[in-house]
Amino acid sequence: MFRTDEIIKASKLPPEGVAMSRHIDYIYFIPILFVTIVGTFHMHFDLLAGDWDFWLDWKDRQWWPIVTPITAITFCAALQYYNWVNYRQPFGATITILALLAGKWVTIVAAWWWWSNYPYNFVMPSTLLPSAIVLDIVLLLTRNWTLTAVIGAWMFAALFYPTNWAIFAYSHTPLVVDGTLLSWADYMGFAYVRTGTPEYIRMIEVGSLRTFGGHSTMISSFFAAFASSLMYILWWQFGKFFCTSYFYLTDDRQKTTKVYDVFAYATLAHGDKAKIGGKA
Amino acid sequence: MAASSGKGYDISQWYDSKPWKIGWAAMLMMGIFWVLYQRAFGYSHGLDSMTPEFDSVWMGLWRFNIVANALFFAASVGWIWTTRDRNLANLDPKLELKRYFYWMGWLACYIWGVYYAGSYTLEQDAAWHQVIIRDTSFTASHIVAFYGTFPLYITCGVSSYLYAQTRLPLYNQATSFALVAAVVGPMFILPNVGLNEWGHAFWFVDELFSAPLHWGFVTLGWCGLFGAAGGVAAQIVSRMSNLADVIWNNAPKSILDPFPSQVDPNAKGAGY
Repeated sequence: MFRTDEIIKASKLPPEGVAMSRHIDYIYFIPILFVTIVGTFHMHFDLLAGDWDFWLDWKDRQWWPIVTPITAITFCAALQYYNWVNYRQPFGATITILALLAGKWVTIVAAWWWWSNYPYNFVMPSTLLPSAIVLDIVLLLTRNWTLTAVIGAWMFAALFYPTNWAIFAYSHTPLVVDGTLLSWADYMGFAYVRTGTPEYIRMIEVGSLRTFGGHSTMISSFFAAFASSLMYILWWQFGKFFCTSYFYLTDDRQKTTKVYDVFAYATLAHGDKAKIGGKA
Repeated sequence: MAASSGKGYDISQWYDSKPWKIGWAAMLMMGIFWVLYQRAFGYSHGLDSMTPEFDSVWMGLWRFNIVANALFFAASVGWIWTTRDRNLANLDPKLELKRYFYWMGWLACYIWGVYYAGSYTLEQDAAWHQVIIRDTSFTASHIVAFYGTFPLYITCGVSSYLYAQTRLPLYNQATSFALVAAVVGPMFILPNVGLNEWGHAFWFVDELFSAPLHWGFVTLGWCGLFGAAGGVAAQIVSRMSNLADVIWNNAPKSILDPFPSQVDPNAKGAGY
């Protein structure tokens, strides 16, 4: 799909040069790119939507389907910009979500379970993998980021609740404890009292949520889709900003000028290429 | 042809992964030490900061972290600076290529430290403070996260910057906006701990991760994208591509010196 062999062949490099190019891949893709996404996106996601992702009993009908996709589509859009515009690689969103899940699961085993003694299923994260794959596929098929913002971002958010339903539906199973009707999620929440015990859920559930035609989750997802679309546009532009690769050069007269490192074939204007002997 | 791969060329002329593998493994060992220390002494000595055993076991680790990180910073930055290349104008393209691989090794270590700070110890902090109500800013979780892993990745980031500035012509001649952002942004996460601790001391001692108090970490963390998924990566790929063209495709050496032609001394308003 990526035609890297053909691209390397087109570069007309000898086998030694090709080997050098492959060594860049070895160091760059996992130790640098993937681990960077784990480190930065995990922090971003945890500190904006983390509580909903940490706990089974925070996964409510009103805020969980809104906060999670809106928070997650950010880095997906930025990484799509980076991977698509620079390399025509259509997996920016998928690699982003894979990185998040990698970081999450290391911590779930080593911290939530091993150190703080919470069972896996109580602190299991939601998945955005199906949403991310669809987002990437839309970009690949349309080859257009505006259409991806309209179609892909909407599907990214709209798919979130149904694709997680298979994982978390069991937690809605009703049970009676000492004469009180609870869900499994509630019961586990009461069993594992913590500083993040979600009192707010009991606050929002007394509003119109229970009486509004039973469409609460769909309406939340609908709103999430709209907001995700806007967020995608914003973060595609952020991705462009992150890719700025200029330098500031201070000359002997202490004048500082904005300059670029790549001029032979990409950045500089026609005349500048001619100036340095490249083909104009 | 020493260290020949058997394919007719000598890979050691432009590639050496040993230093970064050693550095990365050393950081891994340090991480494992911290994790095991927390499991061994978290519940037994880490619940009440007023006790003498907390001071010896946990504040002892804090003192170790501070001293060890200070020594690492001095050794790393000192070594890079004292061994700097004073003749960069005549750098052989293959040696520059090799230095780019060394530099990517530095960046990989930096990013491994960012992973400790931004992913593992960050969420572990959420886990620990769910079950332990803090009575100090120096908790068993914070002593490793804020005072162990944060200075560690900052040293690796500063070292990465300094390595580029002292050994790679582009970064020696000019200041890369993306590289500055990729190092300074995450670096400022440590000062932001001051805001975090102030908020937790005077506002709430429990742990709600999505609280606005934590959003400073978020925005500063975004700067990491300037590195691996942004400008720095683009600069590395394009420079290595140009070097490859010069070494193997007979491209003119002038393409390795891009800045002078972009500075027009007569342009009105040139400069900032």
